[in-house]
Amino acid sequence: MYTLSNRLRLFSIILMVVGLVGLIVGFGQRPGSIEEVKEMMAAHDAHGGGHGESQVAESGHGNQGHGEEDAHGGDAHYEHVLHQLQNKPWASLYVAAFFFFMIALGVLAFYAIQFASQAGWSPVLFRVMEAITAYLVPGGIILFVILALSGFHINHLFVWADPEVVAHDALIQGKSGWLNSWGFIIRAAIFLGGWLLYRHFAVKYSRKQDEDTEGNKWYKKSFKISAGFLVFFIYTESMASWDWIMSFDPHWFSTLFGWYVFASLFVSGITTIALISIYLKSKGYLEFVNNSHIHDLAKFMFGISIFWTYLWFSQFMLIWYSNIPEEVTYFITRIEDYKLPFFGMLVMNFIFPILVLMNSDFKRVNWFVVMAGIVILCGHYIDVYNMVMPATVGESWFIGISEISAVSLFLGLFLFVVFRALTKAPLLPKGNPYIEESKHFHY
Amino acid sequence: MASKVIHALYIDDDILMDAVKKVRAEHYHIEEVYTPFPVHGLDKAMGLPHTRLAITSFMYGCVGLTVAILMMNYIMIEDWPQDIGGKPSFSYIENMPSFVPIMFELTVFFAAHLMVITFYMRSKLWPFKKAENPDVRTTDDHFLMEVDAGNHDVDQLANFLGDTGAVEIKVIDKEEDNH
Repeated sequence: MYTLSNRLRLFSIILMVVGLVGLIVGFGQRPGSIEEVKEMMAAHDAHGGGHGESQVAESGHGNQGHGEEDAHGGDAHYEHVLHQLQNKPWASLYVAAFFFFMIALGVLAFYAIQFASQAGWSPVLFRVMEAITAYLVPGGIILFVILALSGFHINHLFVWADPEVVAHDALIQGKSGWLNSWGFIIRAAIFLGGWLLYRHFAVKYSRKQDEDTEGNKWYKKSFKISAGFLVFFIYTESMASWDWIMSFDPHWFSTLFGWYVFASLFVSGITTIALISIYLKSKGYLEFVNNSHIHDLAKFMFGISIFWTYLWFSQFMLIWYSNIPEEVTYFITRIEDYKLPFFGMLVMNFIFPILVLMNSDFKRVNWFVVMAGIVILCGHYIDVYNMVMPATVGESWFIGISEISAVSLFLGLFLFVVFRALTKAPLLPKGNPYIEESKHFHY
Repeated sequence: MASKVIHALYIDDDILMDAVKKVRAEHYHIEEVYTPFPVHGLDKAMGLPHTRLAITSFMYGCVGLTVAILMMNYIMIEDWPQDIGGKPSFSYIENMPSFVPIMFELTVFFAAHLMVITFYMRSKLWPFKKAENPDVRTTDDHFLMEVDAGNHDVDQLANFLGDTGAVEIKVIDKEEDNH
């Protein structure tokens, strides 16, 4: 049995408290009115000389020409920035909440695949996976609350949720059969409900199989619900990615988006399994996990990283190549305003893992896997950031106090929930019919 | 110069593995082992060094990538930068996404084919090569270990090999060393 060390408990609580305080500060710093935005931008322009001058010149030119109209245009610009800055702490909260939720969801999908494919190597890691998916419960509830708040326009994250915007936007009106507040909430409830239901029964059957080692009654049940879950999952995950990510840009659409989000969450989940297994093994809790198990996880990290890149490139290249205005704006805003995160994540999610994890020997070296894993996780955080931020805060983005605090808050919660769940059951699932094979697995 | 080798035949891969370990422990020199199928762990038991084929493959892949980049940079950007459907042929990087499929394919092509050819050359395989099979049964259901008799007592070595489970032992005079 794993016992949660006091240091880890304290560490996660400190992360949560610091994150919460930082987020409150982030929400407090939001400008309340256009005047505040003007002051902030004036102060900012005073620092950055070149940028400020060009703006002054621009407004001066406008005043000479047609004064009244441009004054209005200026205010509209400030109102736009005001909305972006008001969105910023909400968006950073959303990105972090979704990122940690998607890790747990990726692990759940991986867990189900291990059952459905009757994998012989992974049963010794099942308890680690079950513990990580424990985060689905609090993480899912938090995500649901944030989605509900956004769907009913408490904040301005989803423009389609703003009735005033919809009234003047024929495109969103045409999509309102899908993109409406109640439909959004009900779908989210169905998706989350289905995933949590599978998680609940999979863990329950796994525990029962421990007690009932004669026959494989509970194992067979796990197999069946895993196969069913995978069918449910691939539909709902795709729809969830339209609802929760793609609808930030309701004018834009992409057909492989669901797969793209799936690859992102899948590789993050596998990486987290590897990191937590290596941590537990270093503390002496998983003596039956050998470096061949780590090698297999690292192979998955490597392979799915390339799969993610394949989907990223397929989406990017098809849109870049045909250059249809209604599609290509998505990438134009990202390349113009988010150059470093947009291309930086490619380096972190593709070039780095492909070079570090290609060598078979390196995949058995713990610190190599940990290093690659941390870079991959940071890269996929930036991936989610790139998907959400351009539509919510636009060019007013920066990784500041609210972003870091939100990550800290959810990281603390994630660690706390996952490691507490690890204490609930023995780390070796002894009733699994493949457990002996798994214990002696070597590559 | 004539040299003596002993051919010991086995009918089971587990017995063969044990025999290989025993022979190695006694510091006899195993010239070669012939098996009808890959025996998992045999290379390790024989103490053979790791293959470096994967490393060559990586380098061939790098060559393929370089060939693709140089070729398309010369043709599409430097030699005749035409406007084809509005694609930006001003620099390689601006038009790079459309070159990626070719860069990928040539990397794989070079890595795969050159590695296979390297394998054939290193293992000396080609269409009209004379088969080096000491006993036809080794392609079907027998395993053959060829031990160098060297300066050892041949009878003693034969007895030792018989104890390791060999079903048949032959002493062979090799006219010339073909290694």
